[in-house]
Amino acid sequence: MEEMKDIVLKYVINEYLEDEDEVLTYDTPLISGGIVDSFSMVSLKRFLENKYKISIPDDKATPEAFDSVTKIVKLVNEFLN
Amino acid sequence: MAYSDKVRGIYSDTLNEIKDKGIFKQERYIHSSQAADIEVEFPTGSSLKKVINMCANNYLGLSSHPDVIKAAHAGLDTRGYGMSSVRFICGTQDIHKELEKKVTEFLGTEDTILFPSCMDANAGVFEAILTKDDVMISDRLVHASIIDGIRLAPAMHDTFKHSDMGHLEEKLQLHSDKRLKVVITDGVFSMDGDTAKLDEMVALCEKYDAMLFVDESHSSGFIGKTGRGTHEKCGVMGKIDIITTTFGKALGGASGGCVSGRKELVEMCRQKARPYLFSNTIAPVVVSGVNTVLDILSKSTERRDKLEKNTEFWRKGLTEAGFVLKDGDTPIVPVMLFNAKLSQDFSKALYEEGIYAIGFFFPVVPQGQARIRTQISAGHEIHHLEKALEAFIKVGKKFDILGKTKQEIIAQYGQ
Repeated sequence: MEEMKDIVLKYVINEYLEDEDEVLTYDTPLISGGIVDSFSMVSLKRFLENKYKISIPDDKATPEAFDSVTKIVKLVNEFLN
Repeated sequence: MAYSDKVRGIYSDTLNEIKDKGIFKQERYIHSSQAADIEVEFPTGSSLKKVINMCANNYLGLSSHPDVIKAAHAGLDTRGYGMSSVRFICGTQDIHKELEKKVTEFLGTEDTILFPSCMDANAGVFEAILTKDDVMISDRLVHASIIDGIRLAPAMHDTFKHSDMGHLEEKLQLHSDKRLKVVITDGVFSMDGDTAKLDEMVALCEKYDAMLFVDESHSSGFIGKTGRGTHEKCGVMGKIDIITTTFGKALGGASGGCVSGRKELVEMCRQKARPYLFSNTIAPVVVSGVNTVLDILSKSTERRDKLEKNTEFWRKGLTEAGFVLKDGDTPIVPVMLFNAKLSQDFSKALYEEGIYAIGFFFPVVPQGQARIRTQISAGHEIHHLEKALEAFIKVGKKFDILGKTKQEIIAQYGQ
């Protein structure tokens, strides 16, 4: 569980943060905090699907479900189990 | 009447919010032709002021060129004022086809289709050539009109970090299962003046079987040894699948744009692109002017050569004076000030010195990246640039930023 959290956090930092000094935690709001826009959610969704060999239906890939690393990990686990 | 006080109040409040944020745009009225020397009424109602224009997209100084004006007159006399029809009903003249052929030859592509503007070309092209099974992968700093076109298309959209080829390759791998992939970039980026790495992008697109789209609006006519554009500069003529460009900047500056590239893609636009299907195309008077612009540029590189020399003079002068510039070698030369208010105050002070240059700040450029964007023209003579440089140095001293680093300017004015 912890490992997935770190993988997702690392991906989000590399993918979306432009400022190296910006700090991101597991619970930093990503969508509502303006770090990830709805356009950019696509790559995150595809990354998760490829990495964990799952398929997340569009109606489950909501801005709310993608709003923090913790929430993303919870969503991925729903489809892993 | 449906436009009640309540409705009016909603819009008034919204406009006031824009004013409060300091991002309310105001037009400045120019009482002369577009050129290096212009006469401006600003603020509205004030007496006219003669200033040197340092912020036009008139890169080649062709907006008021006598041969272009003569050609426009001839177009008006021989082909009339308007077409009163879209292209495919009765709105296509011989000169429209002549222009499409000339653009194809100039850009080194297979075919070309005219649009009312490059904004329309960008708005229409993706929807016309892509489906939901495809993906568009765009640089994060592409022009707003491309973003609009992407939003209108049914294909998936993803982005890569500005000019980051490693990140682009990751994205091409991530989306390798898609039916069609299109990589999307500007040739020259309008706010920073830097150039896309088209040679590397072509190599990546060949490796991953993706098409390459380039908006050449800030390149056509002057980038590359013979002014064909960024693809000429990067040595990849004939390898760009889709080019969009405008006739509203270097190529005469009036209006109009086009999609130029692989013949099947151009034909798809002719069949399906909505701004082409449901709007009149470029007026005959403008088409005649652009035809002559392309004749001028095909015969001689004199104007783009002069622009290159002017740009070198301007960049060297500003650098030696101690300004912080964005790196690059294009005629878009951003003078970095970082602070939004400073960019506005600096622009006002320049205007008082007879120099017309606009300050840009968030959201037009990223937060903390406020600047004066200067744009050099072949219409500038060295005396224009010397006077402008003198004014920049005077104003730079007034605000005490000469010789200061980014960090020092931010420490002084905030970000």
